Amino acid sequence: MDFTRRETMAIGAAAGLAAVLPMPALASATDDLINEFTGGADVAEGGVELDAPEIAENGNTVPIEVSAEGAEAIMVLAAGNPTPPVATFKFGPLAGAHRAKTRIRLAGTQDVVAVAKMADGSFAKTSKTVKVTIGGCGG
Amino acid sequence: MAKGVRPRVKVPKTADAGDTITIKTLISHKMESGQRKDSDGNVIPRSIINNFVVTFNGETVIDVVMEPAISTNPYFEFEAKVPESGEFKFVWHDDDGSVYEETKKIEAA
Amino acid sequence: MKIKALTAIAALLVAPALAVADPDDDNLVINGEIEMTTKAPVPEHMSDTVVDELMSGWHFRSDETQALQMDDFDNPGMVFVDIGMEQWNAEEGSEGKSCATCHEGPESMEGVRATYPKWNDASEEVRTIAMQVNDCRENRMGAEPYKYSGGEMANIEALIALQSRGMPVDVKIDGPAEATWAWGKQLYYTRTGQLELSCANCHEDNYGNMIRADHLSQGQVNGFPVYRLKNAKLNTVHGRFKGCVRDTRAETYAPGSPEFVALELYVASRGNGLSVEGPSVRN
Repeated sequence: MDFTRRETMAIGAAAGLAAVLPMPALASATDDLINEFTGGADVAEGGVELDAPEIAENGNTVPIEVSAEGAEAIMVLAAGNPTPPVATFKFGPLAGAHRAKTRIRLAGTQDVVAVAKMADGSFAKTSKTVKVTIGGCGG
Repeated sequence: MAKGVRPRVKVPKTADAGDTITIKTLISHKMESGQRKDSDGNVIPRSIINNFVVTFNGETVIDVVMEPAISTNPYFEFEAKVPESGEFKFVWHDDDGSVYEETKKIEAA
Repeated sequence: MKIKALTAIAALLVAPALAVADPDDDNLVINGEIEMTTKAPVPEHMSDTVVDELMSGWHFRSDETQALQMDDFDNPGMVFVDIGMEQWNAEEGSEGKSCATCHEGPESMEGVRATYPKWNDASEEVRTIAMQVNDCRENRMGAEPYKYSGGEMANIEALIALQSRGMPVDVKIDGPAEATWAWGKQLYYTRTGQLELSCANCHEDNYGNMIRADHLSQGQVNGFPVYRLKNAKLNTVHGRFKGCVRDTRAETYAPGSPEFVALELYVASRGNGLSVEGPSVRN
């Protein structure tokens, strides 16, 4: 099959665009939500684990896991979603561990952020970039 | 009351007193996010389960505030302490006011 | 027109491979106990094709998606089996019967999913499970038939498929079913639509390759009805065929049409030997 230069460029552009769909991070909305959760207190990096796939097979159902030893609550945000809040897990006295798994919707490639509120009143956060792809023929 | 909403919960039948067990829960629910539009271009209003609370013999295990970004057919996996025999109660609260419940008993040796 | 179509196809197929582009070697064991056969030797009727081994669609999915099928409480499709169970027991129609009235427990359906679609002597046609369900509903229960590829049918199909889970697919392609099978085979290899694609172009010639960011499978139906992450619900075979044909920009056949019945028989036979996995989890 012979391609003209125009066709070859079109192929390359299409392939490049089609592979990954980046979403602008709504940084300010996410930061506002974090501040609301922490009351403006300092947030340490690390101390909370966030498990999410590097590449999500489908943005509709992305499995994630959050955990933070000694946490009272963990808030999860999707920085690139139309509305960043995802869930807030509050652990009661009978929680066996300060961790939870769930499945979430991600509108496009973006950072998923987890902020933990510790029992001693301090805060910790971590984030992970999840690539969200467009399928080929999903129909 | 949203149609076709069914919970599905996995709790072991027995455990040693003081053990920590893993619980898996799923509930069939569309979780209409409020982002979609119908064929006429009108926004389909949000209609989700917004809260999931698990208690054991009345004490809280976990309380989840849920937003539209939780996938359809919400799934949660978490751990619970089993100090004694008793009953787990799982409650899901829907935007439309409906409340879905499931209970599971456990025997602690 | 033709050049544009080829360009489009080439653009789709030239995409950079994102993750592992080859189907993997993992083992599918459900609930830690049910061993599934997800790879099988090519059946005799396919010996002249380029396929060298049958592989379940499970192998083409990411690790996270594969994990969802390995435990019946992680598998979101299973809650629809529960709902199917309620449907099974519900008395409906003028005769006041439920499926259970005649069939008792769903265990009586063991082996059904593994051998359907199947020739039916009385009606002299190849029948799918959906056709059989609606026949019972209309003629024996006096009830409204289910929409062929709708949610209620999918739930019942999931319940029935579960009873054969782990059993090898074994549909008959000879005898009275042969003409239907041959027609299905012809449909499988015929190019259609603006994109001029046949089922074989993707699922036989290119399985294992990436189509944009999707990992192309062999297009097996042993896992149906399938819970797709993409639409977060159970999908039936004809529902998926309709989507696939529409994706080639062709006028699609209707679920329940004789074309799709023939195609389902043929595609099922391309999986003879693989375990019934329904309800499975896919992208």
